[in-house]
Amino acid sequence: MTARPDGAATEALPAGGAMRVMGSETEYGIHAPSAPTANATMMSARIIQAYAQVTRQRAAGGAETRWDYTDEEPLHDARGWTLERSAADPSQLTDQPPVLDAEAVALAYGRQELEADGADETGTLLMNMVLGNGARLYVDHAHPEYSSPEVTNPRDAVIWDAAGDLVALATVRKVAADRDLPPINLYKNNTDNKSVSYGSHENYLMPRSVPFGDIIRGLTPFFVTRQVICGAGRVGLGQDSSQHGYQISQRADFFEAEVGLETTIRRPIINTRDEPHATADKYRRLHVIIGDANLSQASNFLKFGTTATVLSLIEAGQAPHIEIHEPVAALQSVSHDISLTSTIRLLDGRRVSALDIQWMYYEAAAKLAQESGVADSISGDGHTHTVLERWEATLSMLGSDLNSAASSVEWLAKLSLLDGYRQRDGLGWGDARLGLVDLQWADIRPEKGLYYRLLARGRMDRIVDDAQIARAVTEPPRDTRAFFRGRCVTNFGKDVVGASWDSVIFDVPGIGKLQRVPTREPLRGTEELTGPLFARHRDAGSFLAELLGLKSPPPPA
Amino acid sequence: MAGQEQQQPQAREVDEDVPEAPPAAPEAQASAATQGVDDLLDEIDGVLESNAEEFVRAFVQKGGQ
Repeated sequence: MTARPDGAATEALPAGGAMRVMGSETEYGIHAPSAPTANATMMSARIIQAYAQVTRQRAAGGAETRWDYTDEEPLHDARGWTLERSAADPSQLTDQPPVLDAEAVALAYGRQELEADGADETGTLLMNMVLGNGARLYVDHAHPEYSSPEVTNPRDAVIWDAAGDLVALATVRKVAADRDLPPINLYKNNTDNKSVSYGSHENYLMPRSVPFGDIIRGLTPFFVTRQVICGAGRVGLGQDSSQHGYQISQRADFFEAEVGLETTIRRPIINTRDEPHATADKYRRLHVIIGDANLSQASNFLKFGTTATVLSLIEAGQAPHIEIHEPVAALQSVSHDISLTSTIRLLDGRRVSALDIQWMYYEAAAKLAQESGVADSISGDGHTHTVLERWEATLSMLGSDLNSAASSVEWLAKLSLLDGYRQRDGLGWGDARLGLVDLQWADIRPEKGLYYRLLARGRMDRIVDDAQIARAVTEPPRDTRAFFRGRCVTNFGKDVVGASWDSVIFDVPGIGKLQRVPTREPLRGTEELTGPLFARHRDAGSFLAELLGLKSPPPPA
Repeated sequence: MAGQEQQQPQAREVDEDVPEAPPAAPEAQASAATQGVDDLLDEIDGVLESNAEEFVRAFVQKGGQ
């Protein structure tokens, strides 16, 4: 019986195309219109609390599912060194639990507010949950964040990312139903247009054998230009929107470096955080911080699908040789060029457009996929073909008629709505109503969110069924370790005291000490490997006894 | 829990009133498209938060990643 989720990996995904272990992280903008000065961290904790109430999910003792910080290494740099703690910005120290216990809250806000804020019986505000779908929902700085479970392909990435928006929606509804609390809105966007940005991150698993320098060289031109297919669009230019206008990306103006460890300050195009959350000598987790949060399924699909494919190019040593002169400035000039007509200077003196660069990547990817066979419509991996087809079609549309991409490419969909207002009401880019359209585009409530209004009218393409997204709110992906994590939470939640990407920790009556089950191989712990084990056991004690090979199962509590 | 609205028609139905081949005169296409946009904007008008200026100004976030 090889049910252990951490055994030697025998599984591997088809190489050369769009399949790889990946996941998304969304920090939601948070705002209570009737209480505009409410503390953002407190509100975020209320959101987590609301989801615990919705799901009735409580671990033992009425406390949250604690995050297991053992393997968090935010100061490890992929270039081969570790930042001194004393030199780090406090926001980089993400390997310590955020301290927001009753005392801290009372000091900051007064005891009365604490009592009104619904801290649980132990006096601790809920800051973290591990969900039955394998995701993590927690307070990150001053925002609620949903980190999706690990998936193996871009289609599933879209599904479990969109499931996070339904989780967020459920929390908003729960808070709105409580007449003692001000309603809280959540927005899937990346800036308040007043100089603050918050992230939407992607994670991709790569073999550690790929030199990091190859990743930097191969990815930078791709990241400077991929916004033309997956930018979410933004009203306002500059970090504080001091100039009027429209641009392709929510995030571009907030990037200030080419390569670096930071994610909250001096944001780099290539982030070097080296926290594999897996067997460290085999894998690296590429942490991508440059993307916009996407509501458009087509843009989100292309964001994950093309990036995964380009990483395959880099692994195969077949990425196009392109070197952009001053990539940070180019990133911003691409974002500000909504006609897609300007050119970027390369180090060899050529001038090319963002679309030209995307075509170079597309052609290299199509060639590699042809050689490896992964894009074959019958014998291929079932995903790369679709990615290449959509990528090619989207680039063709962007090169001929921008309007034709308005039902798929998010920044163009938003722009078509804004242009409607500009023409009907004669509004300039500085008009507050256009700013409101931009903001409300990302409201995650289907009756208020403008993206969802367009979706309901059939003006946005669907890639996945609503039913698949709804199922992914509670069901984990079957083909990664997220299955094991999610099922442990769903089946044995009261005995799970902690979890992380690469562990689940049990506190089972009758077993003297905490049992930490490592899950360091992302492609193990799947339904195929562990489904029968879950089916055989109703209680955590006998489950763990078989899993860990304990001599005799503890008596039932 | 509440889900997305699922009863809505899929893409393409909405565009049925856009003339198909042979290509209509550009003005005719434009007026059909304009009508669709006008309907959409009428709907969005009813959904937008009132007092745009104040709502947008009050949306202030603390830093994130």
